[in-house]
Amino acid sequence: MHRFARDNRVESLVSISRKNAGLRLFGAAVNTVEFTALVGAGSLLAGFLGSLTGLGGGVVIVPLLSLVFHVDLKYAIGAALVSVIATSSGAAAAYVKEGFSNIRVGMFLEIATTIGALVGAALALYLRASVIAVIFGLVLIYSAYTSLRQGPHALENQPPDRIATWLRMDGTFPGEHGLESYHVRGVPLGFAIMFVAGVLSGLLGIGSGAVKVLAMDKAMKLPFKVSTTTSNFMIGVTAAASAGIYLSRGYIDPGLAMPVMLGVLLGSLAGARVLARANVKVLRYVFSGVIGILAIEMIYSGITGGL
Amino acid sequence: MSEMTVRRPDQKMDEIMGLLLRTGVVLAAAIVFVGGVVYLTRHQLPVTNYRVFAGEPVELRTISGILHEALALHGRGLIQLGLLALIATPVARVAFSLFAFLYERDWTYVFVTVLVLGLLVYSLFGGHAG
Repeated sequence: MHRFARDNRVESLVSISRKNAGLRLFGAAVNTVEFTALVGAGSLLAGFLGSLTGLGGGVVIVPLLSLVFHVDLKYAIGAALVSVIATSSGAAAAYVKEGFSNIRVGMFLEIATTIGALVGAALALYLRASVIAVIFGLVLIYSAYTSLRQGPHALENQPPDRIATWLRMDGTFPGEHGLESYHVRGVPLGFAIMFVAGVLSGLLGIGSGAVKVLAMDKAMKLPFKVSTTTSNFMIGVTAAASAGIYLSRGYIDPGLAMPVMLGVLLGSLAGARVLARANVKVLRYVFSGVIGILAIEMIYSGITGGL
Repeated sequence: MSEMTVRRPDQKMDEIMGLLLRTGVVLAAAIVFVGGVVYLTRHQLPVTNYRVFAGEPVELRTISGILHEALALHGRGLIQLGLLALIATPVARVAFSLFAFLYERDWTYVFVTVLVLGLLVYSLFGGHAG
């Protein structure tokens, strides 16, 4: 029975591709190996630039797959989500040893992001692709905007906060003169923004690092290094919460996720190696510009029903 | 010498956690890579049409189905197993934090961590077919 159903599906897939005379990209027919190589190369570049500019590779994977490779939005989001877990866990492994991330803040806020991720993954089932594409475009524009606008960070030590003290969130990080301590503030507001970050992550298959940093930087007044590394630390857990649902719903296709995950992972590792020597400023402008264009195209395709 | 004594209390925990994350990602990537090689060398069909969403078959979206397909050394099953290992990596990190907080007798954070772990387990095993 089981086997029969599967054969049926394979048959129908074959007939669909026969009807379209195979998949065509840039006007040429491609086979599975060529398709995998092209997606892998695109993911490699996305991971490399994403890690160099700090924007993350996952954020361009969905527009790349849906706009360039004409992949259905559900498959694209599933594949991007998997690559987000890989890069976040890979980077967190390096950061956690340096002692910047605040594990208590991260774990407490993960309640908000995982609930948000489950809500977002559930919403993805009910929202139309056009709506998701428009939300995606707006989030892309916000990400590009925050990466360009790098305001000064308030470094004066904050007074202690009642809730943060009760939750023992105050911490230390290795500064120029040994360990520097800091107080955490604005826990309820940070928690609320983290819920939104979780919803966006589950709905769009991104890490939503920009929103997470906003919560910890602006609302909770964490030192910059602490908020960025703690955000990275949390992205993997948030993405894992929605990835479980995406996997059991059949949105994660192995043939597509394989080149995306390996490409983004290798690209971001290479990016982290080059980071110390590169002049990132120009690159950040270029990459933000690319993201801006992709954002407008996502919104346009969403409104005109091209996705 | 004085610099050596500046050890943060959670340093040991951080080191184990870093090792755990790195091992998980490397293991997952290796399984996905092997599965990818099998998939590409044996895949005789024309490229899957990703333009039309069909959803994965049952054996590639449940944990028991994926294990079965991977043990049969099917390329797509092996890739899914690697992706499952990848999804399990942050979950394992949270589980490890639970032991660390239990060891420190930090009951507030034991509760917080159990809650996060419960949500993750619900996502993976909740059965959201639909």
